[in-house]
Amino acid sequence: MKADPQFYDYWAYENRPRIQWPNGAKVALWVAPNFEYYEFDPPKNPFRTPWKRTPNPDIAGYSIRDYGNRVGAERQMAILDRFGIRASVSLSAALCDHHPEIIEMCKARDYELFSHGVYNTRYNYALSEQEERTMLRDSIEAILEKGGQACSGYLAPALSHSEHTLDLFAEVSTEFFGPDAPLYSCDLFHDDQPTPLRTRSGRRLVSIPYSLELNDTIAYVVNKVTPRRYGQMLRDAFDVLYAEGAESGTVMCIPTHNYQVTCPHRAAAFTEALEYITGHEDVWLATGREIAAHFLDHHYDEAQAAIAAGLGGT
Amino acid sequence: MTTKNPLLQYAHRRYGMDHDRYEWSMLKDRPAIEWPAGKKVALWVNVSLQFFPLAQTDKTFPVPGGMRMPYPDLRHFSLRDYGNRVGIYRILKVLDAHGIKPTIAMNADLATRCPALRQRIVDRGDEIIAHGLNMDALHHSGIDPTLESERIKTTVDTLRDLTGQAIEGWLSPGKSQSFDTPDLLAEHGIGYQCDWVNDALPYAFRTRNGPLVAMPLSTELEDTHILMNNLHSEDSYVEQVEDACRFLLTEAETQGGRMLALSIHPWLMGQPHRIGKLDALLGRLTDHEGVWSATASEIIAASGVRV
Repeated sequence: MKADPQFYDYWAYENRPRIQWPNGAKVALWVAPNFEYYEFDPPKNPFRTPWKRTPNPDIAGYSIRDYGNRVGAERQMAILDRFGIRASVSLSAALCDHHPEIIEMCKARDYELFSHGVYNTRYNYALSEQEERTMLRDSIEAILEKGGQACSGYLAPALSHSEHTLDLFAEVSTEFFGPDAPLYSCDLFHDDQPTPLRTRSGRRLVSIPYSLELNDTIAYVVNKVTPRRYGQMLRDAFDVLYAEGAESGTVMCIPTHNYQVTCPHRAAAFTEALEYITGHEDVWLATGREIAAHFLDHHYDEAQAAIAAGLGGT
Repeated sequence: MTTKNPLLQYAHRRYGMDHDRYEWSMLKDRPAIEWPAGKKVALWVNVSLQFFPLAQTDKTFPVPGGMRMPYPDLRHFSLRDYGNRVGIYRILKVLDAHGIKPTIAMNADLATRCPALRQRIVDRGDEIIAHGLNMDALHHSGIDPTLESERIKTTVDTLRDLTGQAIEGWLSPGKSQSFDTPDLLAEHGIGYQCDWVNDALPYAFRTRNGPLVAMPLSTELEDTHILMNNLHSEDSYVEQVEDACRFLLTEAETQGGRMLALSIHPWLMGQPHRIGKLDALLGRLTDHEGVWSATASEIIAASGVRV
């Protein structure tokens, strides 16, 4: 085990080369709903138990997540439609098999689909490198064949990682889509701007901010905030990122779940926050892939040079 | 690329669900439900009457409201008892003031222990649903199936005998189930169960012993979840329920009838500092012209799903 994963070097959040988003936008806003499938009776992983409340089956945990697919997915899409937001869907690949109707709804809206593993009850723990590759290939193939698009991003299932998760994503994606397709990870929470990531193959990979703090499950389940407070957190975060974005473009991500943020008692707070945010002029409503591609095309080299010219550190 | 690792085997990866309890179906794709008199949202209030044994033995998961101090946990035992002595009578007054007919989920042991309260409910004519034996007789796959079957049989036999009601509904203590629970419920004559929260409306549920109806009793809006688990204020509870009601009323304008399911515990909501909040909330909910207050059985009957 390592003291530091060595994915990136230290880079102070001041005096960085200016990031310029399209049309002079200050903030690139992306909404990343997790469209997930949790299994009724998943195998036990030695490092993490999928259902912790009761022995399988955990009716409470399973059924509220199923609610997300039966009821919440359509509500999430209806809210995003109102504001012209194309979601970047963090997708359990098995959802393509279980609920292809949801995938068709995503395609009809021109959503981006990116990998979130196969099931959210299967982890990147206790797998060999080869097995982790197999899981990645499985998810990328599903997005290609069922979703009709090249997968550009990865959020490891249930945020479960090995030391090589990011390396393997870069390598497997390159096998599929070649050395130049835009690739991003949203597994790291170290910055409010995109940053280059180091891979063992040297493949270009960029980290796109995906806020753990603003993730609805972290806010609602772990931190137990009220719906109105969550809505206020979104607005407060946006205000700061919008102001700072006047100097150099920032990224705001709203990671959501169909069984959390669009439940009837929470939908109003979410909707009002989106109304506030999208009411600002200089907001780029983007997808993860678009943000990564823009950064790679226009700012990646400059960023690498600036990091190399700095004092270093990790 | 094949692997023998069971962590990468997916035996149930297929169209629909990864079990056979019900059909996969999105709410938006179903025929619109029309509630009686053109109402938009069915308001279902369930009140749970519970007995928490002082000597709690099953620690598989923390039952909401269960004993958690070293034995004897008198503070929680007596506070739960408060609900059955005091809180419930305040709640009944408030429900009556707003013309709300609740369902009463009753532990069988409570029915045995508190004949006065049981009789009060029976005399009112409220629909009683089975809530297991008590809050320490849990249903999960860690208990022996024979014991689980006995618990269900004793529960429904006791409640049928003591109340004279048919007892068609079931709510597990702590809302947990084993793999067998739905089969055992159907075997013992239960028609609908309220443990699965995966839908916004009642839906058809399969068992080895014939069909059940699943009647989702929202955990997200349950008083214990918001006030005790999330530690939100009473004002926030009221705001969340009202936001939910408004959302459902709006959705019902274009998509057919919806349901607002509230689960209330007298030991929590019947406290003097909370009852006024509940009173005001239920008043505002029932003031909406589109809200229809109904029992679980009435809602199921109107939904068209067959028990």
